[in-house]
Amino acid sequence: MSMKWKTNNLLFIHITRVTAFLILALSIYLFFAGHNNPGGGFIGGLMLATSILLLYLTFDRRKINKMLPMNYANWIGAGILISLLTGLIGTVVGKPYLTQFFDYFTLPFFGEFELTTAVLFDFGIYLGVGGSALIIILAIAEDT
Amino acid sequence: MTNLVLLPLLIPVIMGAVLIFFSKNEKAQKIISGITMIALLIGSITLFIAVAVEGTLVMELGDWQPPYGIPLVIDRLAAFMLLVSAIVATSTLFFAFKTISPIRSRYFFYPFFFFLLTGINGSFMTGDLFNLFVFFEVMLISSYILMAHGSTNFQLRETFKYFVINLFASMLFLAGVAYIYAATGTLNFAHLGVRVAELGQDNILNVIAVLFIVVFGIKGGLFPLYFWLPRAYTGPPTAIAALFGGLLTKVGLYAIIRMFTVVFNHDPDFTHTVLLVMAAFTMILGVLGAVASYNYKSILAYHCISQYGYIMMGFSIFSPIAIAGAIYFIAHHSIVKTALFQFAGVTEKITGTSDLKKMGGVLSSHPWLAWLFFIAAMSLAGIPPLAGFFAKYPLVLGGLEEGNYIVVAVALFVGLLTLYSMIKIMKFVYWGKAKHDEERQKVSVRKLLYSVAPLVILTVVIGFGAEPVLQFTTEIADEILDPTIYITSVLGE
Repeated sequence: MSMKWKTNNLLFIHITRVTAFLILALSIYLFFAGHNNPGGGFIGGLMLATSILLLYLTFDRRKINKMLPMNYANWIGAGILISLLTGLIGTVVGKPYLTQFFDYFTLPFFGEFELTTAVLFDFGIYLGVGGSALIIILAIAEDT
Repeated sequence: MTNLVLLPLLIPVIMGAVLIFFSKNEKAQKIISGITMIALLIGSITLFIAVAVEGTLVMELGDWQPPYGIPLVIDRLAAFMLLVSAIVATSTLFFAFKTISPIRSRYFFYPFFFFLLTGINGSFMTGDLFNLFVFFEVMLISSYILMAHGSTNFQLRETFKYFVINLFASMLFLAGVAYIYAATGTLNFAHLGVRVAELGQDNILNVIAVLFIVVFGIKGGLFPLYFWLPRAYTGPPTAIAALFGGLLTKVGLYAIIRMFTVVFNHDPDFTHTVLLVMAAFTMILGVLGAVASYNYKSILAYHCISQYGYIMMGFSIFSPIAIAGAIYFIAHHSIVKTALFQFAGVTEKITGTSDLKKMGGVLSSHPWLAWLFFIAAMSLAGIPPLAGFFAKYPLVLGGLEEGNYIVVAVALFVGLLTLYSMIKIMKFVYWGKAKHDEERQKVSVRKLLYSVAPLVILTVVIGFGAEPVLQFTTEIADEILDPTIYITSVLGE
């Protein structure tokens, strides 16, 4: 069931070069939107995986592996660690595990601005979900 | 000191994540996971002592008060189960060090071992039904991976069946969660207990109760839902099979005990009779499978089923002494079954097969192995003064006191057949003339026995020290038979 891709589909390659980064930007936007609006680590992570997968589809696997020499399993590990260790912040200050902390800061130029530990937790999920989605799809893709 | 509650949950999951980074370095994996396991064991012992002294510990995750938040609740039962799980897992891990080949361990064996433990420990600790579902999934996903680990044809085929049946069970579980939420408007165990008591456990709640019996019966290997178990537990490497047989299915039984003491405890004439009938059939059909089988591991797997029947029998008789026996039985069975599976692995290493008819005479070449196996096997069969006897005695006594003569007769008959099939293993594998060649007779298994021996010693110790242990499990039984203790410690008031 192997399908031959045209090795030099010019239109496809050029559109991908732009769209991959647009999707990546959207994924980061969705990630930060997530706390109070639709979005969040899970959706952001899936979008991240989509943008990288588009690169894999367009260029061949060897080239991408050279360009992004990453072990996606490590993303999952890092993601789990970031999320779990964020939860521990609560226990350090005498609150239960996973307690959320947030505060408002006013920065010049940007205006009022909310910083919360939930973002860190979400970032762990972002990495974990992105890594797992990539691993699953790449494992299936290899298995022909 | 409520942060102590987190240890059995966070140690395995954090270290499992750390181990992902070291997947290519076998030595580092072994060192890290060994240290983690010992830390987990110490943590579980500390927690056990803390709970035994102070009573139930509750932690409200994220500072959300119950019934809205998800609490972790450690009562005596949960602390006891956590301790058993830590002991069994420690032994299995050290056994795995010597038996899991480097090629296999590179494919994330150790991380998933710890994720499996996270799921198991989390299921024991959680005080929320949906959270229980989540931890079940954590446990099941890790178990799918461990079961297929190594990807032999047999393993893949059996894992697929296991996967499908468990996926179906999870779907039913989710449906049950939805039903009970629709009926009561809460998912917190303690709050469920209050609401179900208010509503009265009538038709609709009994239907939901039966749905949960089906769900946990599939996961806990009860009649008529155990068909996936024997072959699934025969396939994977022995270290994994030992953990599954000793620990994994106990989670389903624990969930039944939890649900049917705190929540569905108002109509025992119906629910517990259903469970008792299931238990009787589980015992007898499981042991018949073992009697008919001539494969070392599959005999043990079939015995797992019949022993789950014993545990369920003790629980569904629903008198303090029988429940105390059932909880003692869980500890006894986890320890002995893990040991027996490991013996199966060691013997397979010596003889190169797990077919009883092709083995023989291991006693003459490896006497230590044979005698240690003999102790564990006699303990499983229930010969005094080993733990197995003191596990079955309260069950029989409780059954006679409550007038459940048929199930007691079944239990005694099954005990006899258990003895028969243990002697069958003894006769074929260890007695007689050696069927393995000279070279295999010199295989040294001493290092492998170091991880099994503590379990065998433990079954002797809790056999001789049955009185304090049974006293403690009786305290547990009294505690879980009075659900208001659980409810007030979670909800306050």
